[in-house]
Amino acid sequence: MGKGSAVPIIVVLLALLVIWYLGAILLNAPVQLDTYARDHIAFTPWQLVLDTWNESRPQLPSPHQVLIDFWKSTFEVAPSSKRSLLYHAWVTLSATLLGFATGTVLGIVLAVLIVHNDASNRSLMPWIIASQTIPIVALAPVFVVVTYNVLTGDNLIGNSFHLTGDSARLVSKALVSTYLSFFPVVVGMVKGFRSPEALQLDLLRTYNASRPQTFWKLRWPIALPYLFASMKVAVAASLVGAIVGELPTGAVAGLGARLLGGSYYGQTVQIWSALLAAAILAGLLVIAVGVMEKLVVRRMGARP
Amino acid sequence: MARALSLAFQTGDGPVNALSDVNLQINKGEFVSFIGPSGCGKTTLLRVIADLEQPTAGSIEINGMTPSEARVKRAYGYVFQAPALYPWRTIEKNVALPLEIIGFSDAEKRKRIKETLELVNLDGFEKKYPWQLSGGMQQRASIARALAFDADLLLMDEPFGALDEIVRDHLNSELIKLWKRTQKTIAFVTHSIPEAVYLSTKIVVMSPRPGRVTDIIESTLPHERPLEIRETPEFLAIAHRVRDGLRAGHSYEV
Repeated sequence: MGKGSAVPIIVVLLALLVIWYLGAILLNAPVQLDTYARDHIAFTPWQLVLDTWNESRPQLPSPHQVLIDFWKSTFEVAPSSKRSLLYHAWVTLSATLLGFATGTVLGIVLAVLIVHNDASNRSLMPWIIASQTIPIVALAPVFVVVTYNVLTGDNLIGNSFHLTGDSARLVSKALVSTYLSFFPVVVGMVKGFRSPEALQLDLLRTYNASRPQTFWKLRWPIALPYLFASMKVAVAASLVGAIVGELPTGAVAGLGARLLGGSYYGQTVQIWSALLAAAILAGLLVIAVGVMEKLVVRRMGARP
Repeated sequence: MARALSLAFQTGDGPVNALSDVNLQINKGEFVSFIGPSGCGKTTLLRVIADLEQPTAGSIEINGMTPSEARVKRAYGYVFQAPALYPWRTIEKNVALPLEIIGFSDAEKRKRIKETLELVNLDGFEKKYPWQLSGGMQQRASIARALAFDADLLLMDEPFGALDEIVRDHLNSELIKLWKRTQKTIAFVTHSIPEAVYLSTKIVVMSPRPGRVTDIIESTLPHERPLEIRETPEFLAIAHRVRDGLRAGHSYEV
């Protein structure tokens, strides 16, 4: 982080906290006032404010409630426990990473086809774009339910893989991640593979280089910066895909299940701490891609 | 050697004659410059020789081969206007690029990289990346890359056009030495009269609309050429004739 950037960040963070606490008072006060009236409790304004910040099932939990719940469910329970956020985060993360990996590979393969073959350019591109216009919330249940049933059911695929319920659930969620993450990779890599200048292509032509040689010596290395930019978008989309994949089927594990469970039982604090966990996870994933990018760029001799 | 060579580009406003009825013979070991204003087809002619453009009429032969055969056999090295070095490769890896594509052994690669980098006075810069080198050094690296696979013919398209005059003078005198040491045939495109006269054994003066050859001048200068030769009456006489040739082609009308 550059010099002097800490102050503005802290100012914005404080402003958000103030707005959040004020919002908690506004949203939670009606319920609190009802409670006072029902139990005939006398209260001071300050008492009201404090109580709105510490309800057990608030409309809007206050930041410290979320942080305390996050802390407890992350560090004070065993990671293997179903009450541990680490456990749920891992369930979601494994589907995210699987989907992200297959999505990236699929995106690169499609981009290679599109760049090298005009027929696939014209036949694939419209479908790829159309695929992203359908809301994932509508598609995810179909994906997850069909994939899960095919993988575990009594059919050719199910019988040949013998997947357990957990693995089948993982694969079906990863499929949603793949569906969301291949798109930015295709778009970025098509642009990347097409980025060599005419001069650079002419040079290889004077060497009578083959198409695979042109790909590996020029198109692939020149496209790598585009790949990392795409992967940063794709990894965040993968996480969204995995969480969305957990919502429709009543999954019992994963951050999505945590969100769902929280809303079933009115555990708003639990919802918010799961959201916090998802945000932190997304941040870490994007940072991880950024670190990979730095390492590769340094190996490719970029200006420091 | 080219016979009645023509090339027309089809454009929205009808064909543009980039080259029209060009006849030219280049002998082995010659240093031939193509000079003319922009649009005279000098770069196009070089690209036809390199099989980067296809002529619409006429024939062209390189040591008895068509340009396409010559390209497949890697019979020429091409130096572009820009160095076109790969920024992710070190200088030695850039020079290795054609060697990798042609498929030389590692030992042979190392030997040729060392030799060609010495030839262009870049030894010691093997591990540097292009951005760490000046423009002149980058263009020298691209010349080394074109020389690395030891083709007999070197095609150079305004290789020093983007460099300042001091660097250009220096590289010109180095290029003369390199040509004498390697005995290569060089076809060199330029729009600088002193550069053409200083370097060449033969100067092909071209003019635009349509691109054509207006004069071919055999240089009478000795092969030994210090930079001071540019002050001699003989040099100035040839330069004068080139200028006349350009004027005859109405090249100075704008």
